[in-house]
This record gives sequence, C-alpha cells and structure tokens, in this order.
Amino acid sequence: MERFRMIFQYFHSNSESVMNGICGLLALASVKMYACFDFSCPCLPRYNMAYGLGIMFVPPVALFLCGLILNRQSLVMLEEWRRPQGHRKKDPAVIRYLCSSIMQRAMVAPVVWIIVTLLDGKCLICAFSSSVDPEKFVGFANASPVQVQQLLAKVPCKDDELLRNNTSRKAVSRYLRCWSQALGWSILLILIAAAFLARWLRPCFNQATLLQARHWSNYIDIEQKIFEETCCEHSRLFAHKCILHFFESMRQEIKLHSFILPREGEGAEGEEDLLRGITDQDQVNKLLKMWYYEKPPL
Amino acid sequence: MDKFRMVFQFLQSNQESFMNGICGIMALASAQMYSAFDFNCPCLPHYNLAYGLGILLVPPLILFLLGFVLNNNVSMLAEEWRRPQGQRGKDPAVLRYMFCSMAQRAMIAPAVWVSVTLLDGKCITCAFCTSVPVETLGNASHPGLSPGEIKQVLARIPCKEIYDGQELIANEVAVRYLRCVSQALGWCFVLLMTTLAFLVRSLRPCFTQAAFLKSRYWSHYIDIERKLFDETCTEHARSFAKVCIQQFFEGMSTDLEAARCHPPRKAPADAGEAAKKLLGITDQGTMNTALKSWHRCKPPLQLHPPALPSGNGGNGWAGEGQPPTQPPAPRKEVAAYYSWV
Repeated sequence: MERFRMIFQYFHSNSESVMNGICGLLALASVKMYACFDFSCPCLPRYNMAYGLGIMFVPPVALFLCGLILNRQSLVMLEEWRRPQGHRKKDPAVIRYLCSSIMQRAMVAPVVWIIVTLLDGKCLICAFSSSVDPEKFVGFANASPVQVQQLLAKVPCKDDELLRNNTSRKAVSRYLRCWSQALGWSILLILIAAAFLARWLRPCFNQATLLQARHWSNYIDIEQKIFEETCCEHSRLFAHKCILHFFESMRQEIKLHSFILPREGEGAEGEEDLLRGITDQDQVNKLLKMWYYEKPPL
Repeated sequence: MDKFRMVFQFLQSNQESFMNGICGIMALASAQMYSAFDFNCPCLPHYNLAYGLGILLVPPLILFLLGFVLNNNVSMLAEEWRRPQGQRGKDPAVLRYMFCSMAQRAMIAPAVWVSVTLLDGKCITCAFCTSVPVETLGNASHPGLSPGEIKQVLARIPCKEIYDGQELIANEVAVRYLRCVSQALGWCFVLLMTTLAFLVRSLRPCFTQAAFLKSRYWSHYIDIERKLFDETCTEHARSFAKVCIQQFFEGMSTDLEAARCHPPRKAPADAGEAAKKLLGITDQGTMNTALKSWHRCKPPLQLHPPALPSGNGGNGWAGEGQPPTQPPAPRKEVAAYYSWV
C-alpha cells in the first residue's frame, strides 16, 4: 500500500512534467510531420499564394487544437469555470492561471512549425514568387506582364521545362529564401527574448498571488484525480458486495451440495468503512450530483 | 488483499490509458500500412475513379470495424444492451456513453488513413486526373481529339511512363495541380477533425457534467462487476471440483476394498498428512482402476454431504423440493468457499 501511495504521489506531483513531456513530443512530431510532408507548390498564378500560406498557417491551427485536446488541465479548467458556485467560491485568478499555462504549452508546437517552415523557405518562395518586383531580375524584366506572372509563378518548381537552369529563377529563389530565413530567425529571437523577460520579470509582479493561484490550481487537479480513484475503489467494493449478496441468495441450493462456509466477517468492518454507508444506486447518483452542484467548502 | 487492491486500482485507472495505447498503435499501423501499400493506378478512364476512391474509403471502413473488434468493451456493451431488465433498471445514458467512447477511439485510425492518403496525393491524382481543367492548364484547342480520346489521354496522367499527352497538357503541371488540391483537402480534413474533437471535448463540461460523471461511474461499475463475477465463479468452480474429485477417490477406495475383500490397510499412525493425501489408494492396480474409472465414468456433478444420505438423483443443481433438514453442529463441512477478500 505504501509503495502504491508513493507511486501515486510521484505521478501527482509530476503532472506538470507529464504535460511538459507531451508538449515536447508534440513539437517533435510537428518537425517530423514537416520533414515527411511532400511540399509540392502548384506553380500556378493564383494557387501559389493560397497553397503557400495555407501550408504555413493551417497545420499550426490543427497543432494548437491538438495541444489543447491532449492537455488534461484544459478539462480541469473548463470544469472549474463552468461549475455552479455551491459552497465553494470561484477564484478567477486560478482560472486565469490555468488558462495561461494551457495556452503557453499549446502554442509551442504551432510556433515550432511556423519557424521550421520559415527557415526552410519553400512556403514563402511558393507564396510570394509572383509578388516579386520583376524589374530587379534580368531574366524577367523584358517580358509582358502576363508572361511575367506565369514565369514568376513557376519559380518554385525547379524542374519545370521553361525555367530549368534559368539563372534568374535561381536569383528569385535565393532572394525569397533569404527573406524567409531572416523572418524565421527574427521571430525565434523575439520569442526567446520575450520568454526570457517574462520569466525574469514575473517575480517582480504579484508573486504572492501567483503562488496562491498555482497552489490552488494544483489542488484542483489533484482533487479531481483522487475523486476518480475513490469512485473506482467504491465501485469495486460495491460490485463485490453485490455479487456476494447474489450468491447468498442462492444459498439454499448451494447448501444442498454443502460446500459453502458461512461468510466470515473479519474483513467486513474495514470495507464497511470504505463503502461509507453508500450501498445503492440512488445514493451513488445523489453523491455524484451533490459533488458537482455543491462542492464542499475548503 | 492490499496488494490485490493496489493492482486492481492501477489496472482500473489505467484501463483508459490501455485503450488509448491500442488506439495509438492502430493509428501508427494505419500510417505504416499506407506506406507499405504499393499504389498502382490503372490509368483507364472509368477504373481510375473507382480505384482511387476505393483506396481512399474502403480501408478506413475496415480499420473502423477493426477498432471495435479489438476493443474489449464491445462484448460488455452488447451484454448490457441485451440483458433482460430483471430487478435492475437499464440506463440508456450508460449505453450511450460506452458506445460513444468506443466509437471515438475507433475513429482515429481511419482518420489517420484518410489524412495520410490525401496528404500524399496519389489517390486523388488517380481518381480525378480525367477532370483536370485542360482549358486553363494546357491547350484545349489541341486538334484531332474527341472528348473520349481526351479522357483516355488524361487518364494516363498518373502513369508517367505511358503518358503521351504532353502537347495537350504537361504531365508535371497536371500532377502538381492535382497534388495541390489533394493536399489542401487533406489539411482541411485534419483541421476539421481536430476542431470536432476539440469541440466534443470542451463542450461536455459546459453542459452535461453531472450526467457524464454518472454514466462514467456506472459503466466502470458494470465492467468491474463482470470481472469480479467471473473470478467468484472460478473460485466456486475450483472448490466444487476439489470436493467432487475428493469424493470420487473416496468412493473408489471404498468400492475397491469391498470388491477385493481386503481389510482396509491402516496407514501407520505417524504417516500423518501424506497418508491422508493418498486417499486410500496405495497400489498400482487400484490406481489404474481409479484412472480408468475416471475416464469411462465420471461422477455426477453433485456433491453429497457425508452426513446426509445421498438421495438426490441426477446431476447439476437440484432445485427440486426442500433439502432435508440439516443436522446441526456435528455436520462436517467438506470444502471452503474461497474468496479474494
């Protein structure tokens, strides 16, 4: 029992590290997904922009939602937000703390995707090749506007027969990649600087409130887990009693074959305590309803 | 008992994570299956659509059904659904909860297959290559080809080696266009699925939390009760078998002694436990007869208490009539009812 309690305490205290682990895994998965994804620019005038920007922004939204779904604390926060007040007051600081920690963790994978996309450069080249100023590049300066658009749209496709080995195509491609990588590194630098400042300056503002909010948000999480465990234990004992009662009621026929001993009562007192006097369906339903509508005061 | 309780709690709290693990393995298996699958577009006008859409939609259906098959709780759901009401009312909310949680887990592998298929692009390229807009992407005014022949040419787009319509529309242009459409569909599908999952997960606490807690509790309860009942029956069967066999050996021993007119051999007083376990059979011939008798003529499933005349005919549960009144205290109990508690 002691060992079990220790293991459980370890998990409870480390729910933060479990969530950090999930967040890291999701970031790695996002990099892997980008590497496996076969980027294929359509090289057509209007489709390029839609495709390029779509690949840059739609997967991050999906990754953000995944981050919210996989985070257990989001459910805890929603329950705490929507519960009726009952005997326990609601603290908006706790809900805000939970919300901000969930959002921060969920934002990691989308940001990783966007940065990897920008550093790789293919998306931006595909999206903005038609928007480049053709005057700057020798090969495109002398063509008619329609032709220029067509040619520029084909820049991301290296193997296209029109532009194969065209030096102007390579020039446009390098130019856009340079912009893309500069943007990527700048965003990375800004985000890391912001995270650094946030972490350093946080103790200067409202540290006490923060400690309280963190404590009570941990408490809510642990309370939820322990309630679920207690329900499991209760249902196990409930089932056990139910089955024994069922066998008892068959006792007449069993007695005929005389292989049942009268039930010994030495374990019964301990279990009566654990059942806490709740022994039928209506009482359990009432208990669960009471737990939701009127949580006990702290 | 404590150890059992610990293990049971661990398994119960981890039953969900066990099912999640199976669900994740199936999703990985579905992605692996797709990459191992050798996609082979037929490159013929009407076959392309059937093949492409078939590969897109039939394996997900199979994976969905497999998800249900691999889920242990399906039989539990079926039992609960079909049982007669008896003294315990049936709660449709519990059945709905069990079905929904199984369906959600079973949907993941098919969704992964469809996403991977769309993001890869080969299926859509194969299925819709005859619908490429030749007017915008190629030379629609290419002479000498009737619409049927144009379709034939376009149908060969996925098969680069036999494609002969380079003047009509360049192969790379068409393939890039179709793959772009396919990937756009794929990412929209992924976004749609994650949005649905997010909505399902986040709207539940806002509306039906109390009902949800109830359904979850009772569905766990049904599962635990079934397992405990099975264990209790196993223990019961063990005791039954033990006494049945014991009585068989005693009966054999008595019969054999009577048949051979041997005086019962008295075990030496200090043999103790071992002699008792011999059950009165102490030589090869007797043992052989016992084994033969066990094979040819198993005893009825009816244990007679030694103090009572064994007057009940038949085997199995004798439900008829009242049992004869039990003699009080000196009755010998010949087996114990074992319990985990």
